Amino acid sequence: MLASGILGISQSIFERLYNENIGGIVTKSISVNPMKGYPNPTVVPIGGGSYINAVGLSNPGVDAFSRELSKNKKIPIMISLVGSSEKEFSRMVKVFDSLSILGYEINLSCPHVSKMGMEVGDDPEAVNKIVKTVRMNTAKPISVKVGVGSIDVVELARVAIDAGANIITAINTLRAMTIDIETMMPILSNRVGGLSGTAIKPIGVRCVYEISKNIKAPVIGCGGVSSWQDVIEYMMAGASAVQIGSVLGSNGPKIFNRMTKDLKNYVEKKGMKNISEIIGIAHKY
Amino acid sequence: MPTNIDNRRIVRIEQTIVETPTVKTLVFKDSLSHAAKPGQFLMIWIPRIEEIPMSVMINSKEGYAAVTIRKSGVGSTALFERKTGDLIGLRGPYGNSYTLKKTYKKILIVGGGTGLVPLLRLASYASRLKIQSTVIIGARTKGEVFFENITRKIIQDTDSSLTICTDDGSYGFRGTTVELMSKVLHENTFDCVFTCGPELMMRKVVDLSNENSIAVQASLERYMKCGIGICGSCCLDGSLVCQDGTVFSGRQLSKMLDFGISYRDKDGQRINYF
Repeated sequence: MLASGILGISQSIFERLYNENIGGIVTKSISVNPMKGYPNPTVVPIGGGSYINAVGLSNPGVDAFSRELSKNKKIPIMISLVGSSEKEFSRMVKVFDSLSILGYEINLSCPHVSKMGMEVGDDPEAVNKIVKTVRMNTAKPISVKVGVGSIDVVELARVAIDAGANIITAINTLRAMTIDIETMMPILSNRVGGLSGTAIKPIGVRCVYEISKNIKAPVIGCGGVSSWQDVIEYMMAGASAVQIGSVLGSNGPKIFNRMTKDLKNYVEKKGMKNISEIIGIAHKY
Repeated sequence: MPTNIDNRRIVRIEQTIVETPTVKTLVFKDSLSHAAKPGQFLMIWIPRIEEIPMSVMINSKEGYAAVTIRKSGVGSTALFERKTGDLIGLRGPYGNSYTLKKTYKKILIVGGGTGLVPLLRLASYASRLKIQSTVIIGARTKGEVFFENITRKIIQDTDSSLTICTDDGSYGFRGTTVELMSKVLHENTFDCVFTCGPELMMRKVVDLSNENSIAVQASLERYMKCGIGICGSCCLDGSLVCQDGTVFSGRQLSKMLDFGISYRDKDGQRINYF
Protein backbone atom coordinates (compact mmCIF):
# COMPACT_ATOMS: atom_id res chain seq x y z
CA MET A 1 0.00 0.00 0.00
CA LEU A 2 0.99 3.61 -0.47
CA ALA A 3 1.47 5.40 2.85
CA SER A 4 -0.29 8.67 3.52
CA GLY A 5 1.50 11.90 2.67
CA ILE A 6 3.27 10.50 -0.37
CA LEU A 7 2.18 11.50 -3.91
CA GLY A 8 -1.38 11.52 -2.63
CA ILE A 9 -3.25 14.38 -4.30
CA SER A 10 -3.93 13.37 -7.90
CA GLN A 11 -6.25 10.80 -9.42
CA SER A 12 -3.89 10.47 -12.43
CA ILE A 13 -1.06 9.48 -10.09
CA PHE A 14 -3.39 7.01 -8.33
CA GLU A 15 -4.17 5.43 -11.71
CA ARG A 16 -0.49 5.08 -12.47
CA LEU A 17 0.15 3.44 -9.09
CA TYR A 18 -2.82 1.11 -9.65
CA ASN A 19 -1.19 -0.03 -12.88
CA GLU A 20 1.94 -0.83 -10.86
CA ASN A 21 0.02 -3.54 -8.98
CA ILE A 22 -0.48 -1.53 -5.81
CA GLY A 23 -2.62 -3.16 -3.11
CA GLY A 24 -4.15 0.07 -1.86
CA ILE A 25 -3.60 3.79 -1.63
CA VAL A 26 -3.85 6.09 1.36
CA THR A 27 -4.25 9.69 0.26
CA LYS A 28 -2.54 12.72 1.75
CA SER A 29 -4.30 13.76 4.93
CA ILE A 30 -7.30 15.87 4.01
CA SER A 31 -8.71 18.63 6.21
CA VAL A 32 -11.98 20.57 5.97
CA ASN A 33 -10.30 23.65 4.52
CA PRO A 34 -7.39 23.75 2.06
CA MET A 35 -4.00 24.01 3.78
CA LYS A 36 -0.90 25.44 2.12
CA GLY A 37 1.44 23.78 4.59
CA TYR A 38 4.77 25.24 5.68
CA PRO A 39 7.17 27.09 3.40
CA ASN A 40 10.07 25.03 2.03
CA PRO A 41 12.32 23.40 3.01
CA THR A 42 9.67 20.87 3.95
CA VAL A 43 11.49 17.64 3.09
CA VAL A 44 15.13 17.05 4.03
CA PRO A 45 16.98 13.91 2.91
CA ILE A 46 19.35 13.09 5.78
CA GLY A 47 21.12 10.18 4.09
CA GLY A 48 20.85 6.42 4.25
CA GLY A 49 17.27 6.40 2.99
CA SER A 50 15.89 8.54 5.82
CA TYR A 51 14.12 11.87 5.65
CA ILE A 52 12.83 14.55 7.98
CA ASN A 53 9.73 16.38 6.78
CA ALA A 54 7.49 19.13 7.98
CA VAL A 55 5.19 19.57 5.01
CA GLY A 56 2.52 20.88 7.34
CA LEU A 57 -0.39 18.74 6.12
CA SER A 58 -0.76 20.70 2.89
CA ASN A 59 -3.88 19.50 1.08
CA PRO A 60 -6.64 20.84 -1.17
CA GLY A 61 -9.40 20.46 1.41
CA VAL A 62 -12.49 18.25 1.44
CA ASP A 63 -14.43 19.85 -1.44
CA ALA A 64 -11.64 20.05 -4.02
CA PHE A 65 -10.44 16.57 -3.09
CA SER A 66 -13.87 14.98 -3.44
CA ARG A 67 -13.98 16.45 -6.97
CA GLU A 68 -10.52 14.95 -7.61
CA LEU A 69 -11.76 11.49 -6.63
CA SER A 70 -15.21 11.80 -8.17
CA LYS A 71 -14.32 9.68 -11.20
CA ASN A 72 -12.69 6.93 -9.18
CA LYS A 73 -14.25 3.52 -9.77
CA LYS A 74 -11.87 0.67 -9.17
CA ILE A 75 -8.84 1.98 -7.30
CA PRO A 76 -8.79 0.90 -3.63
CA ILE A 77 -8.36 4.26 -1.93
CA MET A 78 -8.42 5.03 1.77
CA ILE A 79 -8.80 8.72 2.50
CA SER A 80 -6.59 9.99 5.29
CA LEU A 81 -8.46 12.47 7.46
CA VAL A 82 -7.01 15.12 9.73
CA GLY A 83 -8.78 17.67 11.87
CA SER A 84 -9.10 19.33 15.24
CA SER A 85 -12.69 18.64 16.19
CA GLU A 86 -15.44 16.02 15.84
CA LYS A 87 -17.40 18.49 13.72
CA GLU A 88 -14.65 18.66 11.14
CA PHE A 89 -14.39 14.89 10.86
CA SER A 90 -18.14 14.40 10.50
CA ARG A 91 -18.34 17.08 7.78
CA MET A 92 -15.57 15.36 5.78
CA VAL A 93 -16.98 11.85 6.10
CA LYS A 94 -20.40 13.08 4.99
CA VAL A 95 -18.84 14.44 1.79
CA PHE A 96 -16.50 11.53 1.08
CA ASP A 97 -18.78 8.64 1.96
CA SER A 98 -20.69 8.68 -1.32
CA LEU A 99 -17.46 8.29 -3.32
CA SER A 100 -16.18 4.97 -4.51
CA ILE A 101 -13.53 4.49 -1.83
CA LEU A 102 -12.40 1.68 0.42
CA GLY A 103 -12.48 3.51 3.74
CA TYR A 104 -10.67 5.97 5.97
CA GLU A 105 -7.43 6.32 7.83
CA ILE A 106 -7.62 8.83 10.66
CA ASN A 107 -4.33 10.65 11.14
CA LEU A 108 -3.91 11.07 14.89
CA SER A 109 -0.15 11.16 14.81
CA CYS A 110 1.33 13.83 12.52
CA PRO A 111 4.10 15.18 14.78
CA HIS A 112 4.52 18.71 13.46
CA VAL A 113 1.21 20.59 13.20
CA SER A 114 -0.40 22.19 16.22
CA LYS A 115 -3.93 21.21 17.29
CA MET A 116 -3.94 18.33 14.78
CA GLY A 117 -2.43 14.88 14.45
CA MET A 118 -0.27 13.96 17.41
CA GLU A 119 -1.70 16.70 19.63
CA VAL A 120 -5.08 15.02 19.22
CA GLY A 121 -3.59 11.51 19.42
CA ASP A 122 -2.02 12.30 22.78
CA ASP A 123 -5.49 12.93 24.23
CA PRO A 124 -7.36 9.59 24.62
CA GLU A 125 -10.69 11.31 25.23
CA ALA A 126 -10.36 13.27 21.97
CA VAL A 127 -9.40 10.08 20.13
CA ASN A 128 -12.44 8.31 21.52
CA LYS A 129 -14.79 11.10 20.46
CA ILE A 130 -13.33 11.52 16.96
CA VAL A 131 -13.34 7.82 16.15
CA LYS A 132 -16.92 7.51 17.44
CA THR A 133 -17.97 10.46 15.29
CA VAL A 134 -16.42 8.97 12.15
CA ARG A 135 -17.98 5.58 13.02
CA MET A 136 -21.43 7.16 13.28
CA ASN A 137 -21.10 8.63 9.80
CA THR A 138 -19.84 5.65 7.85
CA ALA A 139 -20.17 1.91 7.46
CA LYS A 140 -16.81 1.70 5.69
CA PRO A 141 -13.67 0.41 7.41
CA ILE A 142 -11.81 2.90 9.60
CA SER A 143 -8.13 2.66 10.39
CA VAL A 144 -6.50 4.86 13.00
CA LYS A 145 -2.91 5.82 12.36
CA VAL A 146 -0.95 5.93 15.58
CA GLY A 147 2.52 7.14 16.32
CA VAL A 148 5.05 7.34 19.07
CA GLY A 149 3.82 10.17 21.27
CA SER A 150 3.41 10.63 24.99
CA ILE A 151 0.81 7.85 25.26
CA ASP A 152 1.74 4.21 24.92
CA VAL A 153 0.96 3.08 21.40
CA VAL A 154 -0.93 -0.02 22.59
CA GLU A 155 -3.13 2.08 24.88
CA LEU A 156 -3.94 4.47 22.04
CA ALA A 157 -4.74 1.58 19.71
CA ARG A 158 -7.06 0.11 22.35
CA VAL A 159 -8.95 3.39 22.72
CA ALA A 160 -9.34 3.60 18.93
CA ILE A 161 -10.61 0.04 18.51
CA ASP A 162 -12.97 0.36 21.50
CA ALA A 163 -14.40 3.50 19.90
CA GLY A 164 -15.24 1.63 16.71
CA ALA A 165 -12.13 1.62 14.52
CA ASN A 166 -11.51 -1.59 12.58
CA ILE A 167 -7.80 -1.34 11.84
CA ILE A 168 -4.66 0.24 13.32
CA THR A 169 -1.95 1.72 11.11
CA ALA A 170 1.41 1.92 12.89
CA ILE A 171 3.46 4.06 12.83
CA ASN A 172 3.64 7.69 11.75
CA THR A 173 6.90 9.66 11.53
CA LEU A 174 8.78 10.48 14.74
CA ARG A 175 9.35 14.03 15.91
CA ALA A 176 12.85 14.99 14.82
CA MET A 177 15.14 17.84 13.82
CA THR A 178 18.16 18.61 11.66
CA ILE A 179 20.50 21.61 11.85
CA ASP A 180 22.90 22.81 9.18
CA ILE A 181 26.33 23.24 10.79
CA GLU A 182 27.68 25.72 8.21
CA THR A 183 24.90 28.28 8.53
CA MET A 184 24.12 27.12 12.10
CA MET A 185 20.40 27.14 11.29
CA PRO A 186 17.60 24.58 11.47
CA ILE A 187 16.96 23.42 7.91
CA LEU A 188 13.18 22.88 8.02
CA SER A 189 11.18 26.09 7.94
CA ASN A 190 9.14 24.63 10.83
CA ARG A 191 12.43 23.73 12.57
CA VAL A 192 10.98 20.46 13.82
CA GLY A 193 9.48 17.72 11.67
CA GLY A 194 8.90 13.99 11.43
CA LEU A 195 11.55 11.36 10.78
CA SER A 196 10.73 8.72 8.17
CA GLY A 197 12.65 6.12 6.22
CA THR A 198 15.01 3.33 7.18
CA ALA A 199 15.95 4.90 10.53
CA ILE A 200 12.51 4.26 12.03
CA LYS A 201 11.87 0.71 10.82
CA PRO A 202 12.85 -1.13 14.02
CA ILE A 203 10.56 1.15 16.03
CA GLY A 204 7.69 0.48 13.64
CA VAL A 205 8.27 -3.26 13.82
CA ARG A 206 8.24 -3.08 17.63
CA CYS A 207 4.98 -1.10 17.68
CA VAL A 208 3.26 -3.49 15.26
CA TYR A 209 4.47 -6.42 17.35
CA GLU A 210 3.13 -4.96 20.61
CA ILE A 211 -0.19 -3.83 19.16
CA SER A 212 -0.92 -7.09 17.39
CA LYS A 213 0.06 -9.03 20.50
CA ASN A 214 -2.37 -7.15 22.73
CA ILE A 215 -5.26 -6.12 20.51
CA LYS A 216 -7.56 -8.15 18.32
CA ALA A 217 -7.65 -6.05 15.19
CA PRO A 218 -5.71 -6.11 11.94
CA VAL A 219 -2.62 -3.90 11.93
CA ILE A 220 -1.15 -2.15 8.91
CA GLY A 221 2.60 -1.79 9.30
CA CYS A 222 4.27 1.41 8.19
CA GLY A 223 7.61 3.07 8.74
CA GLY A 224 10.93 2.71 6.98
CA VAL A 225 10.05 -0.11 4.60
CA SER A 226 12.53 -0.02 1.75
CA SER A 227 12.63 -3.61 0.50
CA TRP A 228 10.46 -6.71 0.20
CA GLN A 229 12.40 -8.17 3.12
CA ASP A 230 11.16 -5.28 5.28
CA VAL A 231 7.58 -6.11 4.25
CA ILE A 232 8.11 -9.70 5.40
CA GLU A 233 9.58 -8.50 8.71
CA TYR A 234 6.57 -6.25 9.42
CA MET A 235 4.20 -9.10 8.58
CA MET A 236 6.05 -11.47 10.89
CA ALA A 237 5.65 -8.84 13.62
CA GLY A 238 1.89 -8.97 13.04
CA ALA A 239 1.03 -6.69 10.13
CA SER A 240 -1.74 -7.82 7.78
CA ALA A 241 -0.73 -5.20 5.24
CA VAL A 242 2.26 -2.91 4.84
CA GLN A 243 2.56 0.67 3.59
CA ILE A 244 5.58 2.25 1.94
CA GLY A 245 6.41 5.90 1.43
CA SER A 246 9.88 7.40 1.68
CA VAL A 247 11.38 4.68 -0.50
CA LEU A 248 9.42 6.10 -3.45
CA GLY A 249 12.00 8.91 -3.39
CA SER A 250 14.85 6.81 -4.67
CA ASN A 251 12.85 4.17 -6.55
CA GLY A 252 9.74 5.74 -8.08
CA PRO A 253 6.33 4.05 -8.42
CA LYS A 254 7.73 0.97 -10.16
CA ILE A 255 8.85 -0.31 -6.75
CA PHE A 256 5.31 -1.62 -6.08
CA ASN A 257 5.45 -4.00 -9.00
CA ARG A 258 8.95 -5.14 -8.13
CA MET A 259 8.11 -5.75 -4.46
CA THR A 260 4.99 -7.71 -5.38
CA LYS A 261 7.03 -9.99 -7.64
CA ASP A 262 9.74 -10.47 -5.03
CA LEU A 263 7.17 -11.27 -2.34
CA LYS A 264 5.53 -13.87 -4.60
CA ASN A 265 8.94 -15.46 -5.18
CA TYR A 266 9.54 -15.63 -1.43
CA VAL A 267 6.17 -17.27 -0.80
CA GLU A 268 6.87 -19.84 -3.53
CA LYS A 269 10.38 -20.55 -2.31
CA LYS A 270 9.13 -21.13 1.25
CA GLY A 271 6.44 -23.49 -0.04
CA MET A 272 3.58 -21.45 1.39
CA LYS A 273 0.10 -21.22 -0.12
CA ASN A 274 -0.46 -17.64 0.92
CA ILE A 275 1.66 -14.89 2.35
CA SER A 276 -0.86 -14.52 5.19
CA GLU A 277 0.71 -17.59 6.77
CA ILE A 278 3.53 -15.44 8.13
CA ILE A 279 1.37 -12.78 9.79
CA GLY A 280 2.42 -12.56 13.42
CA ILE A 281 4.60 -15.64 13.20
CA ALA A 282 7.19 -13.98 15.46
CA HIS A 283 4.68 -14.07 18.32
CA LYS A 284 5.40 -17.78 18.74
CA TYR A 285 8.75 -17.10 20.28
CA MET B 1 34.08 16.10 -3.31
CA PRO B 2 30.45 15.17 -2.58
CA THR B 3 29.18 12.19 -4.53
CA ASN B 4 25.66 11.75 -3.16
CA ILE B 5 23.39 14.30 -4.83
CA ASP B 6 21.04 14.28 -1.81
CA ASN B 7 23.78 15.64 0.46
CA ARG B 8 23.22 19.32 1.10
CA ARG B 9 26.19 21.45 0.10
CA ILE B 10 26.56 24.97 1.46
CA VAL B 11 28.25 27.18 -1.14
CA ARG B 12 29.38 30.79 -1.22
CA ILE B 13 28.09 32.97 -4.03
CA GLU B 14 31.31 34.00 -5.79
CA GLN B 15 29.90 36.25 -8.49
CA THR B 16 26.57 37.91 -9.25
CA ILE B 17 25.74 38.92 -12.80
CA VAL B 18 22.88 41.34 -13.43
CA GLU B 19 21.18 40.11 -16.63
CA THR B 20 18.22 42.55 -16.59
CA PRO B 21 16.70 44.65 -13.78
CA THR B 22 14.70 41.57 -12.69
CA VAL B 23 17.05 38.72 -13.66
CA LYS B 24 20.34 37.81 -12.01
CA THR B 25 22.84 34.97 -12.29
CA LEU B 26 24.61 33.73 -9.14
CA VAL B 27 27.84 31.80 -9.64
CA PHE B 28 29.16 29.24 -7.13
CA LYS B 29 31.57 26.31 -6.93
CA ASP B 30 30.02 22.84 -6.91
CA SER B 31 31.41 20.00 -8.96
CA LEU B 32 28.15 18.02 -9.05
CA SER B 33 26.30 21.03 -10.46
CA HIS B 34 29.10 21.74 -12.94
CA ALA B 35 28.57 18.23 -14.34
CA ALA B 36 24.74 18.54 -14.44
CA LYS B 37 23.01 17.40 -17.60
CA PRO B 38 20.87 19.89 -19.55
CA GLY B 39 17.38 19.92 -18.05
CA GLN B 40 18.42 18.86 -14.55
CA PHE B 41 17.67 21.07 -11.58
CA LEU B 42 18.93 21.89 -8.09
CA MET B 43 16.92 22.45 -4.94
CA ILE B 44 18.34 25.78 -3.76
CA TRP B 45 18.05 26.60 -0.07
CA ILE B 46 17.86 30.23 0.93
CA PRO B 47 18.42 29.74 4.66
CA ARG B 48 15.37 30.40 6.85
CA ILE B 49 13.36 31.66 3.85
CA GLU B 50 12.64 29.06 1.16
CA GLU B 51 13.89 26.17 -0.93
CA ILE B 52 13.14 26.33 -4.66
CA PRO B 53 13.91 24.23 -7.74
CA MET B 54 16.26 25.97 -10.18
CA SER B 55 17.64 24.77 -13.48
CA VAL B 56 21.45 24.59 -13.48
CA MET B 57 23.14 27.39 -15.43
CA ILE B 58 26.49 26.67 -17.07
CA ASN B 59 29.71 28.32 -16.05
CA SER B 60 32.91 27.96 -18.04
CA LYS B 61 35.19 27.69 -14.99
CA GLU B 62 36.00 24.07 -14.07
CA GLY B 63 33.96 22.95 -11.07
CA TYR B 64 31.64 25.97 -11.18
CA ALA B 65 27.94 26.36 -11.96
CA ALA B 66 25.26 29.00 -11.51
CA VAL B 67 21.55 29.67 -11.19
CA THR B 68 19.65 32.38 -13.03
CA ILE B 69 16.69 33.82 -11.15
CA ARG B 70 13.83 36.02 -12.21
CA LYS B 71 12.45 37.69 -9.11
CA SER B 72 8.78 36.91 -8.62
CA GLY B 73 7.74 34.95 -5.52
CA VAL B 74 9.10 34.98 -1.97
CA GLY B 75 11.84 32.44 -2.68
CA SER B 76 13.01 33.80 -6.02
CA THR B 77 13.03 37.38 -4.73
CA ALA B 78 15.06 36.37 -1.67
CA LEU B 79 17.51 34.51 -3.90
CA PHE B 80 17.65 37.47 -6.31
CA GLU B 81 18.68 39.68 -3.41
CA ARG B 82 21.58 37.45 -2.31
CA LYS B 83 24.97 39.13 -2.76
CA THR B 84 28.47 37.92 -3.54
CA GLY B 85 29.76 36.26 -0.39
CA ASP B 86 26.35 35.07 0.87
CA LEU B 87 25.80 31.38 1.59
CA ILE B 88 23.14 29.25 -0.07
CA GLY B 89 22.50 25.51 0.20
CA LEU B 90 21.94 23.11 -2.63
CA ARG B 91 21.06 19.49 -3.32
CA GLY B 92 20.76 17.72 -6.64
CA PRO B 93 21.10 17.89 -9.58
CA TYR B 94 17.86 15.94 -9.96
CA GLY B 95 15.70 14.81 -12.85
CA ASN B 96 16.27 13.58 -16.37
CA SER B 97 17.73 15.62 -19.21
CA TYR B 98 17.41 16.49 -22.86
CA THR B 99 18.59 13.67 -25.10
CA LEU B 100 20.97 14.48 -27.95
CA LYS B 101 20.97 11.49 -30.27
CA LYS B 102 24.21 10.70 -32.06
CA THR B 103 22.36 10.80 -35.37
CA TYR B 104 21.28 14.44 -34.89
CA LYS B 105 22.92 16.88 -37.30
CA LYS B 106 20.71 19.97 -36.98
CA ILE B 107 18.62 21.00 -34.01
CA LEU B 108 16.35 23.95 -33.25
CA ILE B 109 16.49 25.53 -29.79
CA VAL B 110 13.56 27.73 -28.74
CA GLY B 111 13.84 29.55 -25.43
CA GLY B 112 11.95 32.22 -23.58
CA GLY B 113 13.32 34.11 -20.56
CA THR B 114 15.04 32.04 -17.89
CA GLY B 115 13.98 28.99 -19.91
CA LEU B 116 17.25 29.58 -21.74
CA VAL B 117 19.17 28.15 -18.78
CA PRO B 118 18.90 24.42 -19.59
CA LEU B 119 19.01 25.22 -23.32
CA LEU B 120 22.41 26.95 -23.09
CA ARG B 121 23.85 23.89 -21.36
CA LEU B 122 22.32 21.86 -24.20
CA ALA B 123 23.74 24.19 -26.85
CA SER B 124 27.19 23.86 -25.34
CA TYR B 125 26.91 20.03 -25.42
CA ALA B 126 25.70 20.25 -29.02
CA SER B 127 28.66 22.45 -29.99
CA ARG B 128 31.05 19.87 -28.57
CA LEU B 129 29.27 17.09 -30.49
CA LYS B 130 29.45 19.18 -33.70
CA ILE B 131 25.67 19.36 -33.96
CA GLN B 132 24.46 22.51 -35.70
CA SER B 133 22.08 24.54 -33.51
CA THR B 134 19.66 27.22 -34.58
CA VAL B 135 18.91 29.17 -31.42
CA ILE B 136 15.83 31.37 -30.97
CA ILE B 137 15.74 33.66 -27.94
CA GLY B 138 12.44 35.37 -27.27
CA ALA B 139 11.52 38.27 -25.02
CA ARG B 140 8.73 40.83 -24.80
CA THR B 141 11.01 43.80 -25.40
CA LYS B 142 14.67 44.73 -25.90
CA GLY B 143 15.33 45.45 -22.23
CA GLU B 144 14.31 41.91 -21.30
CA VAL B 145 16.70 40.16 -23.67
CA PHE B 146 19.59 38.48 -21.88
CA PHE B 147 22.12 35.69 -22.49
CA GLU B 148 22.88 37.04 -25.98
CA ASN B 149 26.64 37.27 -25.38
CA ILE B 150 27.02 33.91 -23.69
CA THR B 151 25.00 32.26 -26.46
CA ARG B 152 27.23 33.84 -29.11
CA LYS B 153 30.27 32.59 -27.18
CA ILE B 154 28.88 29.03 -27.06
CA ILE B 155 28.20 28.90 -30.79
CA GLN B 156 31.29 30.82 -31.97
CA ASP B 157 33.52 28.89 -34.38
CA THR B 158 30.57 26.61 -35.26
CA ASP B 159 28.01 26.82 -38.05
CA SER B 160 25.26 27.39 -35.49
CA SER B 161 23.22 30.59 -35.47
CA LEU B 162 21.29 32.81 -33.08
CA THR B 163 18.15 34.84 -33.80
CA ILE B 164 16.51 37.06 -31.24
CA CYS B 165 12.88 38.10 -31.37
CA THR B 166 10.86 40.59 -29.35
CA ASP B 167 7.08 40.86 -29.22
CA ASP B 168 7.26 44.65 -29.78
CA GLY B 169 9.99 44.51 -32.43
CA SER B 170 12.36 46.69 -30.39
CA TYR B 171 15.17 44.19 -31.02
CA GLY B 172 15.64 41.52 -33.69
CA PHE B 173 12.68 39.83 -35.36
CA ARG B 174 9.31 41.38 -34.55
CA GLY B 175 7.03 38.69 -33.18
CA THR B 176 6.84 35.79 -30.75
CA THR B 177 9.23 32.85 -30.56
CA VAL B 178 6.51 30.68 -32.09
CA GLU B 179 6.05 33.03 -35.06
CA LEU B 180 9.80 33.07 -35.62
CA MET B 181 9.95 29.30 -35.24
CA SER B 182 7.23 28.90 -37.84
CA LYS B 183 9.24 31.03 -40.29
CA VAL B 184 12.45 29.10 -39.54
CA LEU B 185 10.67 25.77 -40.13
CA HIS B 186 9.62 26.92 -43.63
CA GLU B 187 13.24 27.43 -44.60
CA ASN B 188 15.00 24.60 -42.75
CA THR B 189 14.71 21.03 -41.59
CA PHE B 190 15.70 19.84 -38.12
CA ASP B 191 16.22 16.50 -36.40
CA CYS B 192 14.73 17.74 -33.14
CA VAL B 193 13.32 20.85 -31.45
CA PHE B 194 14.31 21.66 -27.85
CA THR B 195 12.32 24.15 -25.84
CA CYS B 196 12.03 25.71 -22.40
CA GLY B 197 10.21 28.83 -21.26
CA PRO B 198 6.70 29.87 -20.27
CA GLU B 199 4.45 26.80 -20.47
CA LEU B 200 1.97 28.36 -22.88
CA MET B 201 4.85 29.13 -25.26
CA MET B 202 6.10 25.54 -24.92
CA ARG B 203 2.62 24.20 -25.64
CA LYS B 204 2.65 26.09 -28.95
CA VAL B 205 6.21 24.98 -29.76
CA VAL B 206 5.26 21.36 -29.09
CA ASP B 207 2.06 21.61 -31.15
CA LEU B 208 3.91 23.23 -34.05
CA SER B 209 6.64 20.56 -33.94
CA ASN B 210 4.06 17.77 -33.84
CA GLU B 211 2.20 19.32 -36.79
CA ASN B 212 5.47 19.36 -38.74
CA SER B 213 6.35 15.81 -37.62
CA ILE B 214 9.56 16.94 -35.94
CA ALA B 215 10.67 15.35 -32.67
CA VAL B 216 10.44 17.79 -29.77
CA GLN B 217 11.64 17.82 -26.16
CA ALA B 218 10.44 20.33 -23.55
CA SER B 219 11.72 20.99 -20.02
CA LEU B 220 8.84 21.79 -17.66
CA GLU B 221 8.55 23.64 -14.39
CA ARG B 222 6.21 22.96 -11.48
CA TYR B 223 5.95 23.94 -7.83
CA MET B 224 7.91 21.39 -5.78
CA LYS B 225 8.34 20.64 -2.12
CA CYS B 226 10.76 17.72 -2.18
CA GLY B 227 12.26 17.50 -5.68
CA ILE B 228 12.71 13.75 -5.25
CA GLY B 229 9.43 12.00 -6.03
CA ILE B 230 7.81 12.03 -2.59
CA CYS B 231 5.48 15.00 -2.22
CA GLY B 232 3.57 14.78 -5.50
CA SER B 233 3.24 18.58 -5.82
CA CYS B 234 4.79 18.62 -9.30
CA CYS B 235 2.42 16.08 -10.86
CA LEU B 236 1.57 16.54 -14.51
CA ASP B 237 -1.12 14.00 -15.31
CA GLY B 238 0.40 10.74 -14.01
CA SER B 239 3.98 11.99 -14.26
CA LEU B 240 6.19 13.78 -11.77
CA VAL B 241 8.22 16.66 -13.18
CA CYS B 242 10.97 16.08 -10.59
CA GLN B 243 11.46 12.37 -11.19
CA ASP B 244 10.05 11.59 -14.66
CA GLY B 245 11.06 15.04 -16.03
CA THR B 246 11.90 17.80 -16.22
CA VAL B 247 12.18 16.86 -19.88
CA PHE B 248 9.25 15.26 -21.71
CA SER B 249 8.93 14.34 -25.37
CA GLY B 250 6.31 15.79 -27.69
CA ARG B 251 4.71 12.36 -27.85
CA GLN B 252 4.33 12.25 -24.05
CA LEU B 253 3.15 15.84 -23.81
CA SER B 254 0.53 15.57 -26.54
CA LYS B 255 -1.28 12.93 -24.42
CA MET B 256 -1.25 15.04 -21.27
CA LEU B 257 -4.33 16.90 -20.16
CA ASP B 258 -2.44 19.22 -17.77
CA PHE B 259 0.28 20.45 -20.16
CA GLY B 260 -0.32 24.10 -20.97
CA ILE B 261 -3.65 23.90 -19.13
CA SER B 262 -3.18 23.55 -15.39
CA TYR B 263 -0.79 23.10 -12.47
CA ARG B 264 -1.10 22.44 -8.72
CA ASP B 265 -0.67 25.18 -6.15
CA LYS B 266 0.85 24.80 -2.69
CA ASP B 267 -2.19 23.05 -1.24
CA GLY B 268 -2.48 20.70 -4.23
CA GLN B 269 -5.51 22.29 -5.88
CA ARG B 270 -5.59 22.29 -9.65
CA ILE B 271 -5.21 25.82 -11.04
CA ASN B 272 -5.84 26.67 -14.68
CA TYR B 273 -3.40 28.89 -16.59
CA PHE B 274 -6.26 30.87 -18.10
